[in-house]
Amino acid sequence: MSTLSSPFVTPSAGTNRMMLNVLIALIPGTLAYIWYFGVGLIVNLVFAIGFALLFEALILWLRKRPLKPYLSDYSAVVAGWLFALCIPMHSPWWLIAVGMAFAMIAGKHLYGGLGFNPFNPAMVGYVVVLISFPQQMTTWFLPITVSGEAMNLVEAFSYSLGFSDLQQWDALTMATPLDQYKTNLGLNMMVSEIRQSPVFGDFGGVGWEWIANWWFLGGLYLLYTKTIRWHIPVSMLGAVLLFALIFYVMDPDSIASPGFHLFSGGVMLGAFFIATDPVSASTTNKGRLVYGCMIGTLVYIIRSWGGYPDGVAFAVLLANMCVPLIDYYTQPRVYGVEPPEDHHH
Amino acid sequence: MSTNPVIYQFHGGMQLEHHKQLSLGQPLQQASLADEIIIPLNQHIGEANQALVKVGDEVSAGQILAETSELVSAPVHAPCTGRITAIEPRPIAHPSGQQADCFILQPTAGLATIESWDNPPLADSSKQELLEIIRAAGIVGLGGAVFPTAAKLETADNYPIETLIINGAECEPYITCDDILMQTRPALVIRGIQYLQRILQPQRTLIGIEDNKPTAIKAMREALSEAALEHTEVVSIPSLYPSGSEKQLIKILTGQEVHSGQLAFEIGALSQNTGTCAAIAQAVDQNQALTSRIVTVTGPGVNNPGNWLTPLGTPFSHLIELAGGYKVAQPKLIMGGPMMGLELNDDRIPVVKATNCILVLDQADQPQAQPCVRCGRCTEVCPAKLLPQQLYWYSRARQFETMEKYHLFDCIECGCCSAVCPSHIPLVQYYRYAKSEIWEQQRKTYKSDRSRKRHEFREARLERQKQRDEERRRLKREALAKKKAAQQQTGDKPDKPKEQTVDAVQAALLRVKARKQQQDAERKNISNLTPEQQRQIDEADARRQKMKQEDS
Ligand code: SF4
Ligand code: SF4
Repeated sequence: MSTLSSPFVTPSAGTNRMMLNVLIALIPGTLAYIWYFGVGLIVNLVFAIGFALLFEALILWLRKRPLKPYLSDYSAVVAGWLFALCIPMHSPWWLIAVGMAFAMIAGKHLYGGLGFNPFNPAMVGYVVVLISFPQQMTTWFLPITVSGEAMNLVEAFSYSLGFSDLQQWDALTMATPLDQYKTNLGLNMMVSEIRQSPVFGDFGGVGWEWIANWWFLGGLYLLYTKTIRWHIPVSMLGAVLLFALIFYVMDPDSIASPGFHLFSGGVMLGAFFIATDPVSASTTNKGRLVYGCMIGTLVYIIRSWGGYPDGVAFAVLLANMCVPLIDYYTQPRVYGVEPPEDHHH
Repeated sequence: MSTNPVIYQFHGGMQLEHHKQLSLGQPLQQASLADEIIIPLNQHIGEANQALVKVGDEVSAGQILAETSELVSAPVHAPCTGRITAIEPRPIAHPSGQQADCFILQPTAGLATIESWDNPPLADSSKQELLEIIRAAGIVGLGGAVFPTAAKLETADNYPIETLIINGAECEPYITCDDILMQTRPALVIRGIQYLQRILQPQRTLIGIEDNKPTAIKAMREALSEAALEHTEVVSIPSLYPSGSEKQLIKILTGQEVHSGQLAFEIGALSQNTGTCAAIAQAVDQNQALTSRIVTVTGPGVNNPGNWLTPLGTPFSHLIELAGGYKVAQPKLIMGGPMMGLELNDDRIPVVKATNCILVLDQADQPQAQPCVRCGRCTEVCPAKLLPQQLYWYSRARQFETMEKYHLFDCIECGCCSAVCPSHIPLVQYYRYAKSEIWEQQRKTYKSDRSRKRHEFREARLERQKQRDEERRRLKREALAKKKAAQQQTGDKPDKPKEQTVDAVQAALLRVKARKQQQDAERKNISNLTPEQQRQIDEADARRQKMKQEDS
């Protein structure tokens, strides 16, 4: 075709603008994260984004694709950023490299690149390192407000690169509040006893709950700019809240409060930034409600009865798998046509 | 009178920048005659016309140049007096830059002017007479679909029409030809509506106009109250593209949905464009064939945008000159609006009945298409409630049958999906391509089947026509008898103006009749079509089917 057909209108804001909006929305939560846990996050971010771009460029080169349009769509940056937020601070550089390699190669380009990947690349990378390196992935550092000190940027870099002496900082590590919940409940402790630990705040963990508030704010920005639609965050948070409420009411002594569930771990980040990745999520509005509900439910199930303290990554990947099915059954009605179910010939 | 009745919302749609003021800066002007008038033989959707004049013939303004006896057709007329210098293929407005047979007319006199406004009382023309006049005048849907109006009305006549919808939405950006028509000649539009009401006997008539045209709404309301039409209302509707698309406008005004594969009149609604109404009024009142229309010449690429009352056949280049010429070095020429228009790469293309707007944009770089990110925005805006994204995947995989299951043919090609897509995928282009591929396949596979159906259809129509002819003869006999009786009673000659009026109508009818007889003779040959003719008819069928998806 020699000429492009109509419409001839000013092009809409592109995918790169959408991704840029996501990055902007991540900024307040990221700053809060650094405020509570230290500049070590910057090291995570630099390595993760760096490796994401590196692997993306490498594969584009191998696939003989032009680098510029794909690298400038910011999708690799978003994947790296999200990955950096999910893994523990001061993770070794090679762990990040392995995670990003899986995210970009197995999670994205083996399927054909952006737009074709059925799974959320960042979560693919995260789950791979979570399963492969359980020790590193459960070593969390205390919030600054609890420990009183944190590494500076140089220390953090050398720590991540393996130069720094470990002993000095080992005292500052801990299990996450969600981890503590899980292990201590396993020891038959009461919720009120567990919450005595200094890592707990009003709802969730100290620091965590505030970071969650900032994710929420970023999420509102995404809704405002129409980068995402309300369906997935609302249904996902709704599902977590509903289950937490039901079980909490049944047994408030040994079950964490709904507030704790919403404001801990990756739920808030997941609801607005991870589950809403359009490529791997359901594409119909009804489907998005189902998809969000599914993730929320799975998160609660995995947290309460599964082998991992926080289930967001697994829940998202499991829901990703169901997307084709969800999409098929939630197709909207075509104008003037009966719903597809009644229309089978 | 000025209160708005209840209106409804359709799914999706987009708020677009209107750019309407650009061409409303100057009043409606008469376009001068170009040195060379180019008249394509076929300017409608339906059966192909046959030329009635030869190279070298002198023709007079309003003379029929080409026509056919088929129901779904519209003759073309000479817009001015002149000489046919050639009948040859010329570039026309066509998606693939095709050429088509055109009369080349060299004007020998100025534009015919209309001296009299006969204004015959409505009671004078019967429904059948009105339909004949509309047919003989070559009137087609002027909103862009160019479906022959008489054929549409006759088909609609088999259904009880509850609501007559007059489409003055003009939802595409830049275009203002309907707007300026309603602003400057509201009475003409209203008269056309009266004739339509006479033919269809609707229970109510709703004139839908987007609220970004307050002057037009006011003018139409005033003209309406002057004419004192009953059960007729001007409805101000929200400016949301594509409110002017037939199915969407019906939904807005009546709340009813036209089902997939259904035609609007099957649910009791029929819509006509305001420009068509004006053309009908001119044909009936002034015995004027459709030989001119209002064309908007606009866009950032011309110096003096405006609206011109343009003789059909005027080359685009002539109009662009009238509009002060190109303003940009690399103009991008579009017939129609930016959302659904057709890009042309030649400005010697003539204005035809379908030409509502000539839009000149600056040649801008189209951003490169990127992979679909499944954001679902296309689904949100699709007024046909389709799944543009799925259609796109199936089109890439050439799974055309699946596309049909996903109701590809309900796509009205409004372009909303392409316009919102953050990956800048030219989605509509894929659908247009898929549609043409499917038609091609169908043409090959079902050819015999379709020609059989067509044959049956023709038989039925001939029968109908025979009955109609008889009815007309009877009416004429009666009228003559009455006239004679009246003359005998007064013992006087009938007064002159009155006779003129009758003559105008009578002349149209006689013309039609003479032509009919001639065609009856011709028709006998139609059953042995050459493969070439068969192919043309099949293509026309395909276009007609396509028309069903589009607005009128
Ligand atoms: S708008 Fe474009 S990117 Fe979004 S789902 Fe539709 S086709 Fe895909
Ligand atoms: S062009 Fe077709 S698919 Fe796209 S929005 Fe319009 S009707 Fe829907």
